[in-house]
Amino acid sequence: MTDPGEKATGGGDGSPLVDVQEVVAGYGNGPVLDGVSLSVARGEFVGLVGPNGAGKTTLLGTINGVLDPDSGQVLVDGADVDELSSKAASRRVATVPQDTTVAFEFPVEDVVEMGRTPHRSRFGGDPDAREAVERALDRTDTARFRARSVESLSGGERQRVVLARALAQATPVLVLDEPTASLDVNHQVRTLELVRESTREGKAALAAIHDLDLAARFCDRLAVLADGDLRAVGPPEDVLTGERVAAVFDTPAAVVPSPVTGAPTVTPLPDPAPDSAAVDRCVHVAGTGTAAARTIATLVSAGATVTVGVVPTGGLAASVASEHGVDPVETSPFAPVDAATEVAARDRLAAADVAVLAGAVTPSLRTLVRDHDAVVRVTGRTTGRREPGDALGAETGDAEEFRPDASATPSTVVEAVRGVAKAPVAADD
Amino acid sequence: MGTGTDTGPGTGPDAGTGSGTGTDVDAATESGAETPGGRPATARALAWSAGLSVVLVAVVLASAAIGPVSLSIPAVAKASLNAVALPTGLRLVATSVGLGTATATVPVPDLTYTYLFAFPVDGTAETIVRSVRLPRIALGVVVGVALASAGTVMQGFFRNPMADPSIVGVSSGAAVGAVATIALSLSVPFGIQGAAFAGALVTAFLVYLVATENGRTPVATLLLAGVAVQTFLGAVVSYLLLQAGESIEQALYWLMGRLHTATWTDVEVTLPVAAVCLVVLLVYTRDLNVLLLGEEDAQTLGIEVERTKRVLLAVSSIVTAAAVAVAGVIGFVGLVVPHMLRLVVGPDHRVLLPTSAIAGGAFLVAADTLARAGPAELPVGIVTAAVGAPFFLYLLVTREVHSL
Repeated sequence: MTDPGEKATGGGDGSPLVDVQEVVAGYGNGPVLDGVSLSVARGEFVGLVGPNGAGKTTLLGTINGVLDPDSGQVLVDGADVDELSSKAASRRVATVPQDTTVAFEFPVEDVVEMGRTPHRSRFGGDPDAREAVERALDRTDTARFRARSVESLSGGERQRVVLARALAQATPVLVLDEPTASLDVNHQVRTLELVRESTREGKAALAAIHDLDLAARFCDRLAVLADGDLRAVGPPEDVLTGERVAAVFDTPAAVVPSPVTGAPTVTPLPDPAPDSAAVDRCVHVAGTGTAAARTIATLVSAGATVTVGVVPTGGLAASVASEHGVDPVETSPFAPVDAATEVAARDRLAAADVAVLAGAVTPSLRTLVRDHDAVVRVTGRTTGRREPGDALGAETGDAEEFRPDASATPSTVVEAVRGVAKAPVAADD
Repeated sequence: MGTGTDTGPGTGPDAGTGSGTGTDVDAATESGAETPGGRPATARALAWSAGLSVVLVAVVLASAAIGPVSLSIPAVAKASLNAVALPTGLRLVATSVGLGTATATVPVPDLTYTYLFAFPVDGTAETIVRSVRLPRIALGVVVGVALASAGTVMQGFFRNPMADPSIVGVSSGAAVGAVATIALSLSVPFGIQGAAFAGALVTAFLVYLVATENGRTPVATLLLAGVAVQTFLGAVVSYLLLQAGESIEQALYWLMGRLHTATWTDVEVTLPVAAVCLVVLLVYTRDLNVLLLGEEDAQTLGIEVERTKRVLLAVSSIVTAAAVAVAGVIGFVGLVVPHMLRLVVGPDHRVLLPTSAIAGGAFLVAADTLARAGPAELPVGIVTAAVGAPFFLYLLVTREVHSL
């Protein structure tokens, strides 16, 4: 991961390379961008995230000069892009477009060489072309198929060729529109590593990236764009919070640090259940993993008073619980549940109308919940052996009190909980 | 055509820059040069152009030898070389031109020539070749080169396989000018050719104006505006033909495209226009390549897209207008020749444009030879279509076409 010290050095030599100032821009029918200001410093890799139609491509277009802002200005290396000739702008900003299809049988080498266009004088040529092209081919690992036609390459290879073209352009600023959209995991990581590397050598890069996890992992800062407006700009760990992701992308999400890279990872959660399926009961959820996390999110949004425990510390279930204002009873992952934890869990369990076991369940958890009157079992994909058809089902366990159900969608979970809750309530009346 | 000396300077600069940058790059450059796709475009362009020039010369000689009086190739070659001349003097001659009933005297440039060769050739043969066959062949070459190069540029420019030189209404405009002059017996400066040339350029400019908004000319709008204007002018031509009366045959011949009225004066007027336009287009071949990536990409690669489009459109309209004015509407050369060459040499305009131009010249001369070799002389436009279409279909069937 990026050394925090490195981040601090970005923009050390004064003014930022890219300075977007109060830009309003669009395509004729109302502005897509509504007063956006953003700067990217030398040596910095900024990720632009946001839902489809938020204006990411529009913003990138105002930086590379394809789109003239209606008001405001974009300074690149101190010059107003709008006023620059196409050639001068292309010497400052190289672009990796969203669509890299090249429908003509140009050899890879020729396509990369097209990156030298802004440096070529019509009659004098470009003395640095060969060296720049060779270096770009090397860096992107595309030298192997330099003589092949671009059309014959796979999507991932073609993406690297277009990146090589942008590197051959030898600009201080790199703008990328969804550079990883059509790539497999391996090429996604390699592409973004390459971009980050080139920022460490002094370029400034701004990339629209759909994959929030990748954006958080590789970018120094993230800018969240929604409805033509910047909602937040800052280091990924500050910008990506469950609340913000939920607000911007219109879906509840859990954000936890990746155990591998330490960067925030975002897991979208199911949509809130409709009002008709509201649960006005106290429900206790115990379990692990995505199944537990989804169950907690579903029940909270269905209006239930949710208590949680025991769940593994630092896991998805625990973080989702915290995101939803529930204080979970936690235990170290893979460790036996100690006495104090068990007491805390039992207290909450006793107060609950319904108990839900979700995901892979350890024997100690099962024992804990077994005594409760109303239990719903929500299973994850890998829990035990069962019929292929109901692999995701909320189903009965080995004990009689477990309620059967079809499959664990938010509505079936809510339904199952309401179903088991009815019987004891009816007896109380 | 000076092919021996041309290849040297073409490959020189590339090799020179490669060797100065260190051993790694050298190795890479060498391995790249060995692979077929890695050969520098200039070298490929020169090699292909040299080959096609040989074909062109062969076609010209064969065409000059074929006719009611069969001549031997050596005699034809000598007579043809005797006709090669360089312009060595220029003077302005006061010429009277008329518009309607009014006449005016304008200065028209007149060139004096110096002939380079004086081989002894039989007088009759020399006359047949120099006065009858060569003007027609020379005009065929010029018109073929003009139409094929304009077609290549239009197809690249529009990124559309159906684009041809007349796509923006140039041919229809020329047809209206020419047919109106013939049918209505108008008196215009420089006659039918002047009217056709003016009609072509006015139409192209109108189409451009219609398709342009806020300084931007989207190619799709241009294409559709061109189609609409062509249809409208087609109706105008049909109406004029109805009014043509006795002169309808002359008008129809003009519309079918023909070279049999060719004179050295036609060549004198058309050749410089075509040559200048071709040189300008050749200067823009790299820009055309980059434009193939799409206009937005081209702009981020430093191409002034709108300005480049204007230049390409204007120059290819002028070169097409010059060809159509002297030869009438000769279809298919501008459409099919670039496609054929693209299948053979690939999409790189640095290679495609010069080779298409030369091949267009050879193709039109061959077609015209066929047109006049039969018992009854045909308009060459019929032959280009009748020969070109099946050959093109053959290429399509035998070689897979991925794009354009």
